[in-house]
Amino acid sequence: MTSLDTQGDPVILEMRSITKEFPGVKALADVNLRVKAGEIHAICGENGAGKSTLMKVLSGVYPYGTYTGDIVYQAEVQQFKDIRASEHAGIVIIHQELALIPELSITENIFLGNEPVKRGVIDWAEARTRTRELLARVGLRENPDTPVKEIGVGKQQLVEIAKALSKSVKLLILDEPTAALNESDSQHLLDLMLGLKGRGITSIIISHKLNEIEQIADSITIIRDGKSIETLDVKADGVDEDRIIKGMVGRTLESRFPDHEPKIGEVLFEVKNWTVGHPQVQDRLVCKGSNFFVRRGEIVGFAGLMGAGRTELARSVFGRSYGRFITGSIYKNGKELHLKSVKQAIDAGLGYVTEDRKSLGLNLLDDIKTTTVSAALHKISKHFVVDANKEFTVAEQYRKSLRTKTPSVEEGVAKLSGGNQQKVVLAKWMFTDPDLLILDEPTRGIDVGAKYEIYGIIQQLANQGKAVIVISSELPELLGLSDRIYTIFEGAITGVVDKDEASQESLMKLMTSARKTA
Amino acid sequence: MNALKKLFGGNTRQFGMIFALVALIVFFQIATEGRTLTPGNVINLFNGNSYILILAIGMVLVIIAGHIDLSVGSVAAFVGVTVALAIRDWGIPWWAGILLGLALGALIGVWQGFWTAYVGIPAFIVTLAGMLLFRGFNQFVGKSNTIPVPADFQYIGSGYLPEVGPNTGFNNLTLLLGLLGVAFVVFSELRSRRTAKALGAEVPEGWVVVTKLVLICGAILYATYLFATGRPGTSFPIPGLILAVLVLIYGFISSKTVVGRHVYAVGGNRHAAELSGVQSKKVNFLVMMNMAILSGLAGMIFVGRSTASGPFDGVGWELDAIAAVFIGGAAVTGGVGTVIGSIVGGLVMAVLNNGLQLLGVGADLTQIIKGLVLLIAVAFDVYNKSQGKRSIIGMLTQSFNRPTGGTPLQPDEVTSTKATISRES
Repeated sequence: MTSLDTQGDPVILEMRSITKEFPGVKALADVNLRVKAGEIHAICGENGAGKSTLMKVLSGVYPYGTYTGDIVYQAEVQQFKDIRASEHAGIVIIHQELALIPELSITENIFLGNEPVKRGVIDWAEARTRTRELLARVGLRENPDTPVKEIGVGKQQLVEIAKALSKSVKLLILDEPTAALNESDSQHLLDLMLGLKGRGITSIIISHKLNEIEQIADSITIIRDGKSIETLDVKADGVDEDRIIKGMVGRTLESRFPDHEPKIGEVLFEVKNWTVGHPQVQDRLVCKGSNFFVRRGEIVGFAGLMGAGRTELARSVFGRSYGRFITGSIYKNGKELHLKSVKQAIDAGLGYVTEDRKSLGLNLLDDIKTTTVSAALHKISKHFVVDANKEFTVAEQYRKSLRTKTPSVEEGVAKLSGGNQQKVVLAKWMFTDPDLLILDEPTRGIDVGAKYEIYGIIQQLANQGKAVIVISSELPELLGLSDRIYTIFEGAITGVVDKDEASQESLMKLMTSARKTA
Repeated sequence: MNALKKLFGGNTRQFGMIFALVALIVFFQIATEGRTLTPGNVINLFNGNSYILILAIGMVLVIIAGHIDLSVGSVAAFVGVTVALAIRDWGIPWWAGILLGLALGALIGVWQGFWTAYVGIPAFIVTLAGMLLFRGFNQFVGKSNTIPVPADFQYIGSGYLPEVGPNTGFNNLTLLLGLLGVAFVVFSELRSRRTAKALGAEVPEGWVVVTKLVLICGAILYATYLFATGRPGTSFPIPGLILAVLVLIYGFISSKTVVGRHVYAVGGNRHAAELSGVQSKKVNFLVMMNMAILSGLAGMIFVGRSTASGPFDGVGWELDAIAAVFIGGAAVTGGVGTVIGSIVGGLVMAVLNNGLQLLGVGADLTQIIKGLVLLIAVAFDVYNKSQGKRSIIGMLTQSFNRPTGGTPLQPDEVTSTKATISRES
């Protein structure tokens, strides 16, 4: 049964003062969400605002008891202990990363874990018939026996939705459903959502593409820093993209920045016409003819939403460590560099601090000193023998200068907090003495105090005449830190803005739309 | 317990292994009424296991890098038969035979390394194929016959340090070796302590160092005594000497050189290593190749010891070597392990084998006991690591947050860091 809200509209879901804490971090603080039956409800917020966490609470990924607050669904307080429980209640979540098994057919995928059984044997004829019906409902014309790997991402997304429909879904949650889709596939998906709405299915959509939200959503809840800020009624409030952006970014700066007087010199690095293909998917480009340059002593920001191709750009420049190289050239001091491996890139004076410390940046089995020297072993070794004394001295030196909090440099990096781990990673790259240092989300998962220190370190590096690129999803961070900001959208650079002219609104606009002027 | 930990370093696993080895030796010494620690038995134990221990040295590097090598027994057999044939049929001298064997090992290593590192086929498959291939080659080349090797070649498998100098009642060279060992241990311990102090690093208390040195040197001197007082004509065995040299070399390479660092880095986190400029393919190629060379060496030592090469040499060696490495504290997931640990692990198995044999336990029961020991040793390790393991939720969210490239890294990061912390301590 559905309850009625104050205006008399039926409410299918209400999440009341949801608070979810992780050790050391409050991911959600007193979040409220009220979804009316039969509407499309969008959740907007910056990366890390807590949208996905909220949906994980709703779908039982974080089970009852690990959060505080109430989930009222169909007029009953729910205590989902796992995803099965929430699916049983008709709540189906479709994650950004599709959960299909590529080798299995469409039918097998749709009925995985839910196979129709006749006398203990799977009834494939029945499954196929039902699959055909489901595919017709989502507007997908494919043979039910086709392996999922043979159809494109857009169609896979539709299979996911068909799977959800097979579970008689009442509330469908889509996390960034169009992030990996092209224009026409996206449009088809949005139309389908409107069609489902016509059949009375309620949807929650998380998306960064504000134009799509504006197009299909009935109401929008904005989440910022783990708090629900406001809920907008799209028609009644006359909401447009600018209004959403204002809600998403309209906060006072929480992190402050050390004072910094930039000393900018001549152009040090320049990348021209950089085009890179997706490592697995043929014909999909992750960087599309990008041009950019960095001057000596300059901190250049790269703004873009998650999945816009920022990391792909950085990593492909860094010794082609990502994707299929197609075209492009790199110049240092006007001389072209040919960087075909990470080693060549490091030797040429590039450094890259990865976005994902845990899986790409650190060997969690190592201790601090080993990590500190790991990218420049030649500097502390003679005839390929590592000088343990020098290693210790170097690590100590960085521990002191970066004020890494640790009992000793022989401590394992896994035992450090995020901020201190990041300092160790910075030390590792500083020790390679790069001319261009690319920092990918350098303050993610780091508390405010450590952020300030890391900003200080980045500015010091620039003061030493190094060129620095900072990639970040946090616009205040980019605005506070960079001298110049490039915006990236769907693999292409859509603009470059000087620090004085940049605002969160103008950047967000460039980050969410294709290039307006060439 | 704490003091003991200090003595052997914080690694409970390594400490546990050494403790288990000593306990085993003491147990068998008592149970066999003193027949375990006799010169004859100890010499026999080293001779009979040195080739497995040599394989364990190569295997630990392979496992640290995150691979496995199932072909070592077959490679050893193939190299053994080829060398035996070359010496018999072409009349090449023993030293040329050894060089030929090492070169053949290297060639096989190039083959397996190529498929593993550059084609990207999992080493498990490549070496499973190699296991069949080289066993087949062994029987094809040797026509499944037994091929004897001359006495001078047998020296590498069953020789002893010669008697030189005045008659002291001991084997002088063995004594000298033992004393050198003691001097080396004392010197290096004091030196590392001094430099650590000079750099301001934490150093263990004086009594800890002294006790540690007394224990280690005591063990070395006792072993020296045993080896030097065997029946006439025996002393420290040549395979043991080769093993000791290899342990020193590979211990040094794995802990002190750039290559060694790279092996650990690739095994610990290949992506992070690659993004730090490590050429992981080269590293993988090298460890596979090195393993094949050591397999060749082990095969030749075995042929020397058994005076002939046969079609079933080296059957099951890969499993003994792998067991030694895992008992010695390496992780299946790579990135963890030490050369010395693997030797200790191999010795645990060897002492167990030998002790049970002395007690007259049959081969059936011996296998059962060895199997259980392997399982319990690793279970002990897993249990240690799983203390304070991440919750089910943590694992669930883990599987949700596992896209390629940019992980949507959020507070979960903090959770898992915490989880890692509690797992470590």
